[in-house]
Amino acid sequence: MTHPAILIGAIAFWLLAWAANNRLSGANPGNRATALAINLAIPVLFGLSLLALWEGITRGFDVPKVLLPAPSDIWEKLVASGPILWADFVQTFLKAVLAGYALGCGAGFLTAIIVDRVPFLRKGLLPIGNLVSALPVVGIAPIMVMWFGFDWPSKAAVVVIMTFFPMLVNTVAGLSAAGAMERDLMRTFASDYGQTLVKLRLPAAMPFIFNALKINSTLALIGAIVAEFFGTPIVGMGFRISTEVGRMSLDMVWAEIAVAAVAGSLSYGLISMIERMVTFWHPSYRT
Amino acid sequence: MTFLRDKLLPVGTIVIAIVVLWYLFAVILNAPFARQLAGKPLPFGDLVTATMSEQRPVLPAPHQVAAELWKTTVEMRPTSKRSLVYHSWVTLSSTLVGFALGTLLGIALAVAIVHSRTLDKSLMPWIITSQTIPILAIAPMIIVVLAAVGITGLLPKALISTYLSFFPVAVGMVKGLRSPEIMHLDLMRTYNASRPQVFWKLRWPSALPFLFTSMQVAVAISLVGAIVGEMPTGAVAGLGARLLAGSYYGQTVQIWAALFAASIMAAVLVAIVGVARSVTLRRMGVREA
Repeated sequence: MTHPAILIGAIAFWLLAWAANNRLSGANPGNRATALAINLAIPVLFGLSLLALWEGITRGFDVPKVLLPAPSDIWEKLVASGPILWADFVQTFLKAVLAGYALGCGAGFLTAIIVDRVPFLRKGLLPIGNLVSALPVVGIAPIMVMWFGFDWPSKAAVVVIMTFFPMLVNTVAGLSAAGAMERDLMRTFASDYGQTLVKLRLPAAMPFIFNALKINSTLALIGAIVAEFFGTPIVGMGFRISTEVGRMSLDMVWAEIAVAAVAGSLSYGLISMIERMVTFWHPSYRT
Repeated sequence: MTFLRDKLLPVGTIVIAIVVLWYLFAVILNAPFARQLAGKPLPFGDLVTATMSEQRPVLPAPHQVAAELWKTTVEMRPTSKRSLVYHSWVTLSSTLVGFALGTLLGIALAVAIVHSRTLDKSLMPWIITSQTIPILAIAPMIIVVLAAVGITGLLPKALISTYLSFFPVAVGMVKGLRSPEIMHLDLMRTYNASRPQVFWKLRWPSALPFLFTSMQVAVAISLVGAIVGEMPTGAVAGLGARLLAGSYYGQTVQIWAALFAASIMAAVLVAIVGVARSVTLRRMGVREA
């Protein structure tokens, strides 16, 4: 313990933040804007206090950088190695994840529509799809690396396989979400299969489809990163993580994880925003 | 009879179709190497038999994988380093430890969140955000850092599984512990029930269905965590290490066998939790639709 002051300061900040949060969460604000601001401030304050505690412990106890770098170290590294992180991001996210995500979700969606037309296929494929969703699909990564080479197509292939089944299962479930009454109504309008699909059943399935899109956005990043552990050109987030771990430069690993976390949360947030726009009619968004 | 018509027949047909397709692809994908090996144009029948028995095929035929599985599980002593039972056990043990820890942690966190408004407002958003983050990326770091402190073996992998599996349990349990209706909570109030009584007699029982559903997700993801935890650090034992070794030495049959072992294990684990779920719920008098 070499810098007790820093540690004590961090703990004091944490306690203060906790007390403030206690006060804030007990508060009963009159208007909605204040309530929203408070609901946003509490988690932010909590996160900041955790960061301060982390900083205080690593600095106060002089934790070696190879075990746990302080947040300030990570930030420095993040700023200093922008070009490398950007190149990794392009390789892993913009190439492998986006391509695989689009292909996997698209294929799952189209398969679901075909499956929905054929009841026999639905009965046969759904149990298998549910089963595969629970399997450790990332294990397919070494095989894909052998088939499609070291560059990003093999990672995209892993992502395709990982995202296909959640999309298939959810879309099939969503297509049966439209009520019998509404379907009967479409029949009385003499609408054909395509019209019923586009005007009634697909909109009704949207909450399910967006659910799958959200699950898949996380799965896709995981798939691409893990697939890079099996061989890659010398660029990519998974490659960087595994090599920098080997060199014990953990600040770089944390910087890469921070990038992955921001990319993951942002894409999740983006999908949620689109969901809000598309499924504005859904009860969970009505105010 | 409806079981046969609605379950067995369609599922069986699809499975058979997958196997047939698999054989077809095995022939197509392995044919170039078989031709190269023979050095001369092969008649079709010979070509097919050649593609079925390559040492390191691009895509091993199903029966090759099945034979490898049989050879490495039944015909080998379970203690042998080449036995899949041995590797599966290594992975399974850290999966189970991680799953148990993760479930307990998730339940504890959910209980705290339900009972503390501050914790709910400050922690819950972070729990949800953390689900959007590719957590698995930190697996290599956890292993290496813990190894540097002197913790090796089962525990680091189990911690990765814990980390992965406590999220679904925590989120599901918060939902479950909040699922009792206001009317029931009011009834408990009129009985002058204490907080622990409300918890044990009302909240806990109504949360159980949620708990089991999230445990099914958690056990599957624990296994993924354990496998990935074995990959990047050159672990010598476990299904993940088996996958990695297979990919280094081009042993495709070994990779597929490990993959199938992992899949069978995942299916069995999820099924066990499912059985526990229906047994418990039936005991509690819940009628499942």
